[in-house]
Order: sequence, then structure tokens, then C-alpha cells
Amino acid sequence: MALIRQHLIDPEICIRCNTCEETCPVDAITHNDDNYVVDVEKCKFCMDCISPCPTGAIDSWRTVAAPYTLDEQFEWEDLPEEIEHPEEAANDSLDDSAQAVESEASEILERAHAGQGGGKLVPPYSAAHPYLNIYTREAPAVARVSGNFRLTESGSDSDTHHIVLDFGNQAFPVLEGQSIGIIPPGTDARGKPHLVRLYSVASPRDGERPNHNKVALTVKRERYEVNGEARFGTCSNYICDLPRDAEVQVTGPFGNTFLMPNHPEANIIMICTGTGSAPFRAMTERRRRRLPDAPGKLLLFFGARTPAELPYHGPLKKLPSGFIDIELAFSRLPDQPRQYVQDRMRLRGDDLAELLGDDETYVFICGLKGMEQGVDEAFAHICGEHGLDWASLRVRMRETGRFHVETY
Amino acid sequence: METVNYDDLIPNNVDLANDRRLQRALEQWHPGFIDWWMDMGPEGFQEKDVYLRTAISVDPKGWAHFGFVKMPEYRWGIFLAPREEGRTIPFGKHKGEPAWQEVPGEYRAMLRRLVAIQGDTEPASVEQQRHLGKTAPSLYDLRNLFQVNVEEGRHLWAMVYLLQAYFGRDGREEAEALLQRRSGNEDKPRMLGAFNEDTPDWLSFFMFTFFTDRDGKFQLEALAQSAFDPLSRTCRFMLTEEAHHMFVGETGISRTLERTVQAMNEAGITDPYEVKKIRALGVIDLPTMQRYANFHFTVSMDLFGSETSTNAANAFNSGVKGRYRETRIEDDHQLINDTYPVLHLIDGEFKTTEEPALHALNARLRDDYIKDCAAGVGRWNKVIKKAGIDFELRLPHQAFNRRVGQFAEAFVSPDGEIMSEDAWRAREAEWLPTTSDQAYVASLMKPCYEQGNYAGWIAPPKIGINQQPGDFEYVRIAS
Repeated sequence: MALIRQHLIDPEICIRCNTCEETCPVDAITHNDDNYVVDVEKCKFCMDCISPCPTGAIDSWRTVAAPYTLDEQFEWEDLPEEIEHPEEAANDSLDDSAQAVESEASEILERAHAGQGGGKLVPPYSAAHPYLNIYTREAPAVARVSGNFRLTESGSDSDTHHIVLDFGNQAFPVLEGQSIGIIPPGTDARGKPHLVRLYSVASPRDGERPNHNKVALTVKRERYEVNGEARFGTCSNYICDLPRDAEVQVTGPFGNTFLMPNHPEANIIMICTGTGSAPFRAMTERRRRRLPDAPGKLLLFFGARTPAELPYHGPLKKLPSGFIDIELAFSRLPDQPRQYVQDRMRLRGDDLAELLGDDETYVFICGLKGMEQGVDEAFAHICGEHGLDWASLRVRMRETGRFHVETY
Repeated sequence: METVNYDDLIPNNVDLANDRRLQRALEQWHPGFIDWWMDMGPEGFQEKDVYLRTAISVDPKGWAHFGFVKMPEYRWGIFLAPREEGRTIPFGKHKGEPAWQEVPGEYRAMLRRLVAIQGDTEPASVEQQRHLGKTAPSLYDLRNLFQVNVEEGRHLWAMVYLLQAYFGRDGREEAEALLQRRSGNEDKPRMLGAFNEDTPDWLSFFMFTFFTDRDGKFQLEALAQSAFDPLSRTCRFMLTEEAHHMFVGETGISRTLERTVQAMNEAGITDPYEVKKIRALGVIDLPTMQRYANFHFTVSMDLFGSETSTNAANAFNSGVKGRYRETRIEDDHQLINDTYPVLHLIDGEFKTTEEPALHALNARLRDDYIKDCAAGVGRWNKVIKKAGIDFELRLPHQAFNRRVGQFAEAFVSPDGEIMSEDAWRAREAEWLPTTSDQAYVASLMKPCYEQGNYAGWIAPPKIGINQQPGDFEYVRIAS
């Protein structure tokens, strides 16, 4: 029995504004006098309907063995409860179209990839085949902490850690660009188990050290304020405080599109802020180990507030310029105008335009959601100045697995 | 697909940079707009960071980008839905001909007037709502108010673009006048009645966004069919934004109802007419909600104009303004021999007569509107029913409390009973908000600006904006 993730509309939240039906490019959405519904036979998961929905009702999903029919959906006053599926069923459905079977993990990834734009997401053609969902919440892998180092300088506001997890003799095959899930122990204020958090791996596929079964993560200690009171992110603080040899429950791997191209001709443009650098550390290291003289260019745009807050600042500066071209942008240097990755991109407009004109170029963006707009505008600007049409180019690159966004 | 140009002062996907005349005209209009926004926009919050969505492109993925923005720095721009190659006129005597990219001389005056009227409603509602920030029931609601306000501002831009780009000097003058009129001002009022009414409290705001903004939705749907392609494309993009305004209204009322019935149940009150006891709980009683709905529904019904209208017939026949979702209607789209049933009050009795369909277009659009409103009211009633309270909100009869059209002089109860003026006046307080209702609602309007908290008369939303958590700081009050 294979399970599928069915796209549905929450009738209790939907206001029947018709925006989704208007937007859907394949007419998968229809309505009667009561409800707006999604036809499971037609929906291609392009996600075009998600952002125009004013209510969020459109962003509803259920994992089902037998999909709900249109007639069933027309009758609903509210969404049916999520059905618990036996573990064998979940394991049966590990096909390539499911980014992650565990709904919480796949929801995180869907949101992270939303900035990429419409259409079914596809990986670069030369990406390696990823393993997915080997470990679940019910049956997680248990890794041991073999290292936990603070990456940012101790005086800086940002507390980012480099964590190394040792999987011992458990198979945990993971590719650069994939994520793993960490489940913090214990329960939340309502007595429910904590939600899983996803982290991109910062190490290449053959491990943090070649042929040791160790995976690295880049984790920033999250701190935010509610009504003036400091609160701390549950999972990030749990991870940043982990002592050596502590045991950690890990799920995954997750993600089958944000993956590096393996052919040596591929140019890789990497744009990131903060811990968004993790997948790029992994990709860069893969190239360095495997294809140090590849003809394809590596171009990295990396933003942070100050050099002290930039993870991997030291090691990055040691990489030879013939191997990788690095542009750092700092937004809080004393007595200097604020500079963001998009500003550095504009400075390198000619080089970027040349790369964008090349069908071997792959763009990866990773970091906070807030960076998307500036980066998109910078691409549009650069294209405009060089006679390229960014809007259509972005679509073409996305459809050929050459434009990837993972933001949170 | 047209790229949105964000480098210009005015973000746009209409290639403004290559039309120097138009660009200059809009850049000259821009400071006046900002002055108007500072004078008449949301009072007291212009410097705050607000979690707003901004359109960065017109494709489905690009137009809802969320981030903190100070309202005067919002990127108001000109966005048209992508052009459909080979689009033809879907109705009227020019049906099947290519859509117009320029305004034909003979329809210039008619189109300019339609655009100016639509444009006038946009700043009017911002003016009507400018004091509401002081009494928002939560940061979430405050943010929603401001989102509505900045998007009404953008809709003004959309209409001003059409006026400036396609209607020459007259258009420029109309564009100026849009910044000069003021909602509720006796000397220079806004064009339509409902847009000169006060929006004194949040219950009125939610009712306004549900009922009056829904008139906007229907007018935009009808204009989105227009033979004048730039108008059609503008309206199609505006409709996507308009959906948010419907959402604010529908869920605002729904959350208010939810809180009322919840408080009644907690206090063991089953009779919705025990108004005193219910008000003592600090929630809005259901009969008062019904009276507010009656008022807002009826003033919004007036916005559709006379039931039978030669202007509407001309607008349709010429291809300027279509019907609601014209392309989905199965008929000849010319209405030459068709009829449409219209309700009349003849010799003290309601009678439905078949009118030439071409002349009954306002009545038809209004009927579509009533159906849409009724569906929303039905969803509100589910909230009440779910709580086990025996009460149903209802839309009043279409002849009740009208100021425009053939029922303007009639005295008709919400149930459709025709009565004398005296008898009607004697019961008016049962049907329309009284000063004591308004005073009670006003007494509840206390700001609630702590993250994650909601005023006692309204329930929290089921999900946050852009899936943010319940205690998200939607407006940085301290900033």
C-alpha cells in the first residue's frame, strides 16, 4: 500500500474567494456552492496557488492511502483528522516524488523551497541519486556528538556552532544540499513531543573527514523576544549546548532537489547568509576533494553582519582564488554603509551575466526568507542591463534544475 | 512575461522607463500621493515596522513577499496581470474583435468615468479607516488593517496609471482630483455614499471589508472582462489583493461571533436576546451583529446603482464593462433578445418582471453579489450553530433601507414586509444600529498590543499570516 500526500483546502478557513481556482494552471481546483476542492488526479504540486491564498486554507495536506474524492471534499465542513498509518505503509511509499514522508519534515521543506517558484522541482541532471527518509520519528538514527565548536567570535552577538555527529556503524548516506532532522528530547508546554527541526548538512557525502561516518551541521543559537522577554529556540539551544559524546536522535535524510551538479563543467553560483552557508560548505568541499581542477566556476556570495559573525570566515579565506571566487558582504561594519549580498552581486554584474548566459550555470540560494527579494531584484537588474530577461530565464533555469532556493 | 522593474522610483511591469512622458507625469503625482498618505493614511503608525506582503512580480510565486516595512516606504507600484496573447473582446457588440490596447475615442468619456469612480473608492477607504489603529484588538488585526490600507493605496496607483497613461490631460486632472476629495467632507466628498460613511470601530471595519469591499470585488470582476485590455489586466491583478480584504472581513466577523458564543456558553446563557447579560461579558451580542450587518449590507447594495440602467447597458454593449465572470456564462454574450427577472415594487406589492437583460445588468451584478454575501453569512452561522446557540444571521430583503434605486422611497422591513414610514420608523431600532449599540461597541474598542494577546470580544485567528506563530510581533510597536 503506497501513501500519498494529498493537497486539500481547509473548508473552515477558506473564504471562497476563487483566487486559487483562478491561479491553478492545470484546472485542478474547482468548487460547488459549498466548498473549493483540489482534484488529486490533476494537481501537479506546482504550488502556484499557495501564495495568492489570503487565508492559508490552501496549504493543507493529508497523508492518505486512498485519496479523498471531489464528492467527499464537497461535503466537508472541516478537514478530516490526519490518519495514523502503520509503519510498513510509510516505508512502502519511499518513492522519489515524496521529498519526505514525515509530514512535518516535508512541510518544512515545502516552505523552504517556496521561493523557488512554480513547477515541479527538479534536481540538476547530474546530481547523485539521494536516499530519503531512512530514519523516522518512530525509528530514528542515534548519533553521537564528536565535536561542538563555536564558529563565531566569542564577543559577537551571534552564537553559531559547528556540530559533528558520528553515526558509528549506522548507514546515513547524505548528499550535499540535503537536510537531516533533529528531534529535541522531551515535550513542549502542551505535553506534545517537540517538532522536528531540519538542518542542512555542512559536510560532503563522504563525511566531515573522508571515509569517516560523520556529518557536520551549522547551527545558530536562536534567541528572540516576546513582549520584551527573551525566549530561546528549543532545538537550536539544545544542539548548541550538546556536550561531546551526547546521543542525538536524527531523522532523514530529506530533500531531493537542492542537490549539487556533479559534472565538472557546472558553474555553481552560491548565495547565502549566516547558517545558509552550510550546504555551500558541503558543495565546495566536495568539489575541492573530488574535482579541484574542474573547469566549472564556483562563485560564492556570503553575507553576515560582521566578519566576527560569519561562520567559517577563517577557513574560507584560505581557499585559493583560482578554485572559488568569494564575495563577502557585511551589513554592520562600523563607519561603513550597510552592504548586502545583492549589493556585491550588482558589483559583479558583468560576471554574473556571463555565467547566467551559460546553460551550465546552476544557482543556489540559501538563508533567511528576507534575502529572496533583494537577490531576485539584483538578478533582474543585472539581466536587464545585459539584455537578458530574468523572469523567463528564472523559469527556464528552474525547469531544468538549475535554480534552487532554500530559505527559512 | 514582463519583469518587474524595482530600480525605478515606481516599481512597475509596464516598462515605464521607456515612456518618459508617462514616467514624468507619475513622478510628479508621486509626492502628492505621499503627502496624502502622510495626512490621511493610518494615524500614529507611519514610523512602525509592519509585517506586510509586497508584490515583487505578478506571477503566482512573486507577488506575496513578506517582510517588515514602514508604511510610507511600501513599494506602491503598477502591476498588470500578464498579457494574454490574442485576447478578444468577450461580450457586447464588438465581441470577437481583438481587445483594445488604446482607448477608442467614442468610449473615452465612459471609460474615464468608470476608472475615476473605481479610483475614488480606494483612497476613500484608507481615509475612513485611518483612526482604527488606535483601538486594534491585536497586533495581528492591526497588521491586517495596514495591509488593507497599503493595498488600497496601490489600487489607487493602479487607477491613476490608467488615467495618466490613456486619458491625456483630462486623465491627469482626474488623477489630481483623487488626491483632493476627502471621505465625509461636506465640500469635497468622495463620489459614492458608502465611502463617506464613518468607520468608527472594528466591528464596522470588519463589516465594511466583508460587505463593501465585496462590492469592489464584483465591480473589479466586471471590469476585468473589459475590452480595454490594460483595464482588464489591472483589475485582474487587483482582484488577487482584494481577496485579502474579503478575508479580513469574513474572519473578523467570524472570530467575533466565535468569542460571543463561547462567552455565552461559559456563562450558561442560551438566549441570544439576553443582551444585558451578554454585554456584561464584554462581548458583542448577536442581535447587534445582525443590525450592523443590515446596515453595511444595505449601503453596499446601493453601490450597484439603479436596477435598470441605460448607462450599464451602454457600458456592456460597447465592451467596456462585462458581467461577473462573463466568460463562464453560457449565452450569446450580447443579450440582444434576452431578458432578466427584476424585482419591482408595484402598487404596494413586490412583483418580478422580465426586463431586457441589457438594461438589467446592475440588478444581475447585485444578485450575484447577494449570493456571494449569503454564502459568507452561511459560514458565519456555522460558528453559531457549532456552539449550540439558536440564532441565525440573515441578509435583509433587498428593498430594506435603500437610498439608491427603485426601492429608495419604499419602507420595507428586513423580512420584506411593505409598511408605512411611521411603522417602519417605530421599528428602526430593531433593525439598524442604534446610538446605544454604537456606544457599547465603542466601549469595547481598547487596543490590545501585547504579542499573542487578543481583546476580550474577539477570538484569535486559526492560523497566522504567512503561517507565523500566534505570538508573532506583526507590528513592532516599540520600534
